[in-house]
Amino acid sequence: MYKLTGVTKDYPKGRGVVHALRGVDLAIDDGEWLAIQGPTGHGKSTLLQMLGALDHPTSGSIQFGDQGTDITQLRESQVTKLRAQSIGFIFQTFNLVPTLTAQENVEAALVPLRVPAAERRKRAAAALADVGLSDRARHLPSEMSGGQQQRTAIARALVKQPKVLLADEPTGNLDEGTRDEIIGLLENLWRDHQLTLVVVTHDSTVARRAQRLGIMQNGKLSIKQDTRRQAAGAPGSGLQQAPMSN
Amino acid sequence: MFFTYLGRELRRRARQASIIAIGLALGIGLVITVTALSSGVKSAQSEVLHSLYGQDTDITVTKPPASGSFFAGGGARFRFGSGGTGSRPKAGTKVTIDNLTSNGLGTLTSANVTSAAGLKNVAAAAGGLTLTDTKDSITIPSQSSSSGGGFGGGGGGGFGNFHPPTTMSVDGVDLSGDAAALGPLSSAKLASGRTLSASDANSDVVLLDSNYATSNKLKVGSTVTIAKTSFKVVGLVSQSASGNPPDAFIPLARAQALGTSAGKSLKGDVNTIYVAASSAQDITTVSKELSTLLPKTTVTNQNDLAKQLTGSVASASSLASNLGRWLAIAVLAAAFLLASLLTTSAVSRRVREFGTLKALGWTSRRIVGQVVGEAITIGVIGGAVGVGLGFLGSALVGHFSPTLTASVGSTTGSATPGGARTFTGGGGFPGSGGGGFAGGGGGGFPGGANRFRSALTSPTVHVHLSPAVSGDAIVAAVVLAIAGGLIAGMFGGWRAARLRPAAALARVE
Repeated sequence: MYKLTGVTKDYPKGRGVVHALRGVDLAIDDGEWLAIQGPTGHGKSTLLQMLGALDHPTSGSIQFGDQGTDITQLRESQVTKLRAQSIGFIFQTFNLVPTLTAQENVEAALVPLRVPAAERRKRAAAALADVGLSDRARHLPSEMSGGQQQRTAIARALVKQPKVLLADEPTGNLDEGTRDEIIGLLENLWRDHQLTLVVVTHDSTVARRAQRLGIMQNGKLSIKQDTRRQAAGAPGSGLQQAPMSN
Repeated sequence: MFFTYLGRELRRRARQASIIAIGLALGIGLVITVTALSSGVKSAQSEVLHSLYGQDTDITVTKPPASGSFFAGGGARFRFGSGGTGSRPKAGTKVTIDNLTSNGLGTLTSANVTSAAGLKNVAAAAGGLTLTDTKDSITIPSQSSSSGGGFGGGGGGGFGNFHPPTTMSVDGVDLSGDAAALGPLSSAKLASGRTLSASDANSDVVLLDSNYATSNKLKVGSTVTIAKTSFKVVGLVSQSASGNPPDAFIPLARAQALGTSAGKSLKGDVNTIYVAASSAQDITTVSKELSTLLPKTTVTNQNDLAKQLTGSVASASSLASNLGRWLAIAVLAAAFLLASLLTTSAVSRRVREFGTLKALGWTSRRIVGQVVGEAITIGVIGGAVGVGLGFLGSALVGHFSPTLTASVGSTTGSATPGGARTFTGGGGFPGSGGGGFAGGGGGGFPGGANRFRSALTSPTVHVHLSPAVSGDAIVAAVVLAIAGGLIAGMFGGWRAARLRPAAALARVE
């Protein structure tokens, strides 16, 4: 799905420069679940933004999809279209539009795809049903719990049937019980929809469920564990053999 | 989704949206009120000017009286025998005079009217005569009761049974073709009977001012004597009292035949030429051409008269066009600025929201459209409220504004027909020139003296200020409201559009 080659990202800070990514090379297969861990400020979220085409790398290439399109070379409008069609996002703070209901928040993901209103409503209702929130469709975010808001965000990410789901600390704002519930949901959706799932997390419990674990340290990525060949389709099994510390 | 999102967002920040809308409403309300006030003042000016000019007249041409003739021929003259040198009538004889005279204006010829009509960019030209009919009758006293020796003596006393003459202002109007639409008659409204037509050109028919008719108990079908000639009243007209309107209108040819100026017949003469330019843009050019064509004349157009207006109409005009306009612009600019700042501030608080939408694939254009849509909606609400405030403001100004006064210049005696009319009325009796009775001097005729003084200080007219909200002003208000919303939305939208999604999502709120 992805092939990153020599990706760097520098941010100016004061008179100096912060090297957020330092020559990251990474290949992510279709349908793979990759977890990325690492200390705060070492480039995890920056890498996720590069994968989601939310920002341009300073150098390097990011090839995406079957065609191997280098998204660093695409125009803004093409990148926007790519995000609209193929990439779903989940954020730590849920990032729901506060004035829209759960149903409308989910529909918002279909707006750029010009899906007719009736079909939009139908698909959004189905997506909310998939995450078990049919009864909350007309509720505003402020009327829902954190777990329900994150489920709504997951429904919003999946309603357009993306190829990739990128999650940035999806359980960071949730209690333990809700975290397990959300991770379980993500795992099921990943399996059912054959998604490529990349999760940035501090939480080892979450990381352990992934097929592969990468560690970001000082802007460099190293793969610590890969269970794909040991038990294809059985996420988490390999991580039990080689647990990672955060 | 667009309208749902827009409506919910406006409801969420209802207080802020209300502040922006109220700011715009105040600005637009003020613009409408000032525009209505300005239009009301213009109407008042126009009422004053048209009352002097006639409805469709753009330019008037008059001629100052020849030197020394200013008081000559005015008022009632008593002459006996030819040239006033005849023998004195017997004591107790009743002598009646009835003269139709031109005072205060020099004469122009009908050929001058034809030349003026022939100028390029002149739509029509008409000649007119502004005259005064003066009637009096006295009983010749015995020789011994006359104080000054003979007639025409000075010294004020004169005759024991002396009483002031009656005067009637008379306009001779051209009734032919396009010319009929010019001059004072064109601004008069027919109240009863019929108006004058081209077929009346040589008839002894008269149109009376309805107020004059009422005060003199005259009606359609009555007879009025002008210059000892009986005229049949064929109609009554109502006229704005603001312009010192004439008491009677008679056909120009009859006025020329009966009228005199400085003792000479006015046959073939006029004392005012009324000119209509082809378009408003041509007025200045035509005025210049007329000055060249008819030297030693006074060419006056509405702009000149508007500049000469003094009194509270001029003050209101100045207030509306200076203070009012700048106040409206200042308030509107402040409202636009406030709207822009608050919209930009609202966008700043929604950075993460817009970043999320960009991550979902929303284009910058769609997000800017959303922001602009919200701002325009607030603008339209503000505009609607502003139009209401404008109507309210205009109504309040109309209700509470005092009656305005206006005076046209201070030398109107030679410049405008209205001024001239006042002069001729005033100049009636005292010092009636040559021989005759009525010694001019001191105390003879206080009424005449008062009118003379009022003429020198120019006629003061009273008009009510009626601000009117025009359709154009409402359209302008709607455009301003949308523009205000657009400006505010563009500022906010521009900030939203230039955000990179990653930066927006990283923003801590």
